[in-house]
Amino acid sequence: MAFFRKKKEIPVGLWMKCPSCGKMAFTKTVEENLHVCPDCDHHMKVNGPTRLRQLLDDRKYEAIGEDLEPRDLLRFKEDVGTYEDKLKKSRLKAGVTEAVTVGRGHLEGIAVTVAAMDFSFRGGSMGVVVGERIARGAEDALARRVPFLVVATSGGARMQEGALSLMQMAKTSAMIARLREEGIPYLVVLADPCTGGVSASFAAQGDVTFAEPGALIGFAGPRVIQNTIKAQLPEGFQRAEFLLAKGYVDRVVHRRDLKKELATVLRYLEPRARPQEAVG
Amino acid sequence: MSAPPSPTSERPDLLGPGLPFERPILELERKIAELREIPDVSLNGELKPLERKRDRLLAEVYGGLSPWQVVEVARHSRRPQFRDYVQGMCSEFVELFGDRLFGEDPALSVGLATIEGRRVLLMGHRKGRETREKLACNFGCAHPEGYRKALSKMRLAERFGLPVVSLINTPGAYPGVGAEERGQAWAIAENILEMCRLKVPTVCVIIGEGGSGGALGIGVGDRVLMLEYAYYSVISPEGCAGILWHDGKRASDAAKALRLTSADLLRLKVVDEIVPEPLGAAHRDPVQMVATLKATLLKHLDELSAMDPAERLEQRFRRLRNLGNGLEPLPEPGAEEPNRLLPPVAAAEDDAH
Ligand SMILES: [Zn+2]
Repeated sequence: MAFFRKKKEIPVGLWMKCPSCGKMAFTKTVEENLHVCPDCDHHMKVNGPTRLRQLLDDRKYEAIGEDLEPRDLLRFKEDVGTYEDKLKKSRLKAGVTEAVTVGRGHLEGIAVTVAAMDFSFRGGSMGVVVGERIARGAEDALARRVPFLVVATSGGARMQEGALSLMQMAKTSAMIARLREEGIPYLVVLADPCTGGVSASFAAQGDVTFAEPGALIGFAGPRVIQNTIKAQLPEGFQRAEFLLAKGYVDRVVHRRDLKKELATVLRYLEPRARPQEAVG
Repeated sequence: MSAPPSPTSERPDLLGPGLPFERPILELERKIAELREIPDVSLNGELKPLERKRDRLLAEVYGGLSPWQVVEVARHSRRPQFRDYVQGMCSEFVELFGDRLFGEDPALSVGLATIEGRRVLLMGHRKGRETREKLACNFGCAHPEGYRKALSKMRLAERFGLPVVSLINTPGAYPGVGAEERGQAWAIAENILEMCRLKVPTVCVIIGEGGSGGALGIGVGDRVLMLEYAYYSVISPEGCAGILWHDGKRASDAAKALRLTSADLLRLKVVDEIVPEPLGAAHRDPVQMVATLKATLLKHLDELSAMDPAERLEQRFRRLRNLGNGLEPLPEPGAEEPNRLLPPVAAAEDDAH
């Protein structure tokens, strides 16, 4: 605790501040605690690759669709800088190529395909490549007849890709529909925050849906709702626990238990065998 | 905003409050209406040139609308709505109410309908025209009950082999406490998923405002059509301007950036075909608009019904799976590039191959 007086001298990265309680903690400790605040249990935002490593055995995965990179198909006009410039900056800042990372791996020995979204990349917004990577993940799971898992966190659709980003809701849903028809289990983990186009498509289509404690989950963001109804929102509105009480998520799961609980559920939901394999 | 109401003529009033860029047209229309009221046949000579001038002006103005002006036209208070299409297209419409779960949402209407002998399930957003009606149906912003009602009736249609037609006209799904408590996201997500796999022919038409998830909630199908001056967007231009520039008043810049017009969305393969509107847009000749849409719908329904169901579903899947893929960037949104209608039939044929 004596360290706190010296915090200004501490090199950036060694210590971090909890965005919820404001307390400083050793970055390594936070990481070992799966990015959950050791003081207040706040579930911090986790980037895609980290999330995959947290969930998969030996912290290993084989990436899918990493070669796909977003393009400025609309030639979106803003005041300063192009969408391409913004993407470049986001890549440097977030250290990933898009707001979702998809990979194959094993979860407690069960072969799975996992897509983990990334709020640090343009607010986890869904453009064409995010939709395409999710769809490819689902295709990979279908081809291998293994469960498909998505960790969803997103501010919504990506404005700079206009209606094309809206269309990713339909594209991803078409793939999830396939999984349902083919009897491939599809599990969703809702992480903080998850709103807009992602929440109104594949994130709300799980066979089983978990949410992390305290995660903000909803169709419209709280600010939009507040502006519409011109009144204060109820305490805890749109939080994971609220969604659980309203009947929209199956379980609110602490991050330390997430892998174990996913594996437990997956042991009940076995992928249906290929039709030709089922014969004989 | 609105042109002063004419004291002498009826016709300009029928058009409701004029849009700013329509003022010279409304002025001419008023003059024409005044001339018509004079029972002197000798004035015919004066009438014809005025009408020609008006038509030329209409073609000119409507041939070069900015994206924001398109949004204004799409929101025009006299633009034909779901009710007008039902009245003009259907020999019968049996509205079916309720979602069997929570309640009845007047913002989204669903019913059994007969269009030129074809029995279908017809649904669409209801915006309302008079204040009381607008309030009653929440200005076309549906709650989860609306989407769940649509879903339950679509399943009914699937069981009995009825094609589904949806007419989209909403600023967006309702953002409110009750809507969130009752799972707006889940309701829309489930509709989208079910419409990806619904076994009956499904045609969606954006007839006015295509507001984001609220539009897509009844907007997935074998064919997605769009009226010439409708718009379809991931966010309202006002909302986009608010986020980008913290200035909702820059909606016209946002409308331009978002590429929300029918011509751009056809290029992006978000829609399959543009349904042309009468000269001066749908609100100038609702009867003609309804007739055009009816004919277009019949063409698509007949084509889709004639297809092998498995092939039709596979085609729908491919269409959805490839959304946003294999596209070239749109040309720069220059001011010199008018929002001119691409020849709809030819363009649609190009797309199919
Ligand atoms: Zn904390």
